Amino acid sequence: MDKFWERLLTIDRRVIFVVIFLALSVPIFLQIGLPIPVTREVQVLYDSLEDLPRDSKILVSCDFDPGSEPELQPMAEAAFKYFVENDLRFIVIGLWPQGPIQGNRAIEDIDESDDEYIVKDGDTLYFGADLVVVGNDTAWYGIDFINLGFQVGQELVIQRMGTSFEATFPSDRRFGRPQKEFPIMDGIYRLADFDFVFNLSAGYPGTVEWVQFAVDRFHVPVGAANTAVQAPLAYPYLDTGQLSGILGGMKGGAEFEKLVGHQARATMFMTSQTMAHIFVMLFIIVGNIAFFATMKKSDRRGIRE
Amino acid sequence: MSSEFGIWLAAFFTIGIASFLYKDNPLYKFCESVFVGISAGYWAVALFWENLITKMFDGLGISYSLGLWPEKGALQDIFSGVWNWNILHVLAAILGIMMLMRLFPKIGWIARWPLSVIVGSTAGLWMITYFQSNFLSQLQKTVIPLFDIGRINELSEIGAVMAEQGRSIPLDNYFAAYLGNLVLIFGTLAGLVYFYFSKEHKGIFGRTAKVGIYFLMITFGASFGYTVMSRMSLLIGRLYFLFSTWLGFVN
Repeated sequence: MDKFWERLLTIDRRVIFVVIFLALSVPIFLQIGLPIPVTREVQVLYDSLEDLPRDSKILVSCDFDPGSEPELQPMAEAAFKYFVENDLRFIVIGLWPQGPIQGNRAIEDIDESDDEYIVKDGDTLYFGADLVVVGNDTAWYGIDFINLGFQVGQELVIQRMGTSFEATFPSDRRFGRPQKEFPIMDGIYRLADFDFVFNLSAGYPGTVEWVQFAVDRFHVPVGAANTAVQAPLAYPYLDTGQLSGILGGMKGGAEFEKLVGHQARATMFMTSQTMAHIFVMLFIIVGNIAFFATMKKSDRRGIRE
Repeated sequence: MSSEFGIWLAAFFTIGIASFLYKDNPLYKFCESVFVGISAGYWAVALFWENLITKMFDGLGISYSLGLWPEKGALQDIFSGVWNWNILHVLAAILGIMMLMRLFPKIGWIARWPLSVIVGSTAGLWMITYFQSNFLSQLQKTVIPLFDIGRINELSEIGAVMAEQGRSIPLDNYFAAYLGNLVLIFGTLAGLVYFYFSKEHKGIFGRTAKVGIYFLMITFGASFGYTVMSRMSLLIGRLYFLFSTWLGFVN
């Protein structure tokens, strides 16, 4: 028996990689659904959004890059669908250079419309590319949503938004036109004019900075969608009421998808995630048993003492 | 299977980087080098356009003078006698140029001046911010009753209604009401005791410090668990890309 445990301790690490690969891959093909109970922090965020009246303006700060796409992109897509369906207007910005690009991708991915057609309303021509369709609901670029791009300066960008939003984000990303030309920007002069901030964060600058500046300095409610690595840093702000909810990692994304009624990638990936966690836990348990089983009696005494 | 060149390229680099799991190899080294090079190039371009052009050239009015930007800058304001906050761009530009003096060893000391401005202003900004957000707010929410009596009463009332409907309140709600605050208060105190080094960790003080270590270990464990979860998510994302977007095996 001792030899068995000793062999386990010296097992080639590549065997573990193969097991994890299979644990993650097989469920992708099988597409088995697992029950997803909603945790308090996700419910708090959803309730905060539910409490917003129609036409509320939400600032969406995409503070992540493609490296965090598997975790944060499903959250962005679920949130944008929810905004379109509930007549909430959203303004996309980014404290990371690639953030607004990710925001654009999320908008394109939720859009069910044909970008080729043109709509004529009086003298105004609306292009299909400016329109986002989700089910029976529509949102127009510049009226219901806009992308103002990236601004350099990390947390100081938030600080500056507190006094002048126009000076911080003078033009939109898509056309390079002054932001004041777009109807969605009416009544937005500073950060406090937003009804809610939805922050998708993968690190610095991100949720911590939004809490420190937007919440504590300018008293704007902030809800956070974080990568799992970032989530433990944000949790202390939840109980204090500084954060209006957290979506932590892919699990948080799956819960949010369930609440908004658009179960998509995060939900689909939960089976793979669960399988991988089960195997990691098994490895830890078996590894510890093997470690103690192969330990000499004198060493065990040493540990006890 | 995808017919897009970009998708094939992404798949090639994904497999190239993942090949390191088998062992270090030339393909991995190639993919890594390309990634590092592209990242550096991307950041250089992004910072040039977003920082140097918009903040310095546009802010100063150089872009306006060259007919590249419609709005006037600080230099135009100064020469036309208009005094506003825009003029601070000149100060920022001077400090920025002073910072570049590090490149010349003989006058490298000049770079200390802008550096001192950065250190001073950052320290001042963060001191207030952290004191307000991470100290006062957290401290305020730690001063709480041992048991959340209000919440317990509320749960009893809700529980009675739900029992009639054949449902029950999840156990973690009761746990939070009965033990949550207790754990929070005791955990905070034990953690603080562990970090108090002016008294030897012996007797009841030492035992409390030891409990503090356990709380810290649980915190680190939870944090590590989240990290594992995050890394698995990224791997799932790449596998899904390979199986779905590239190979088309999964819809």
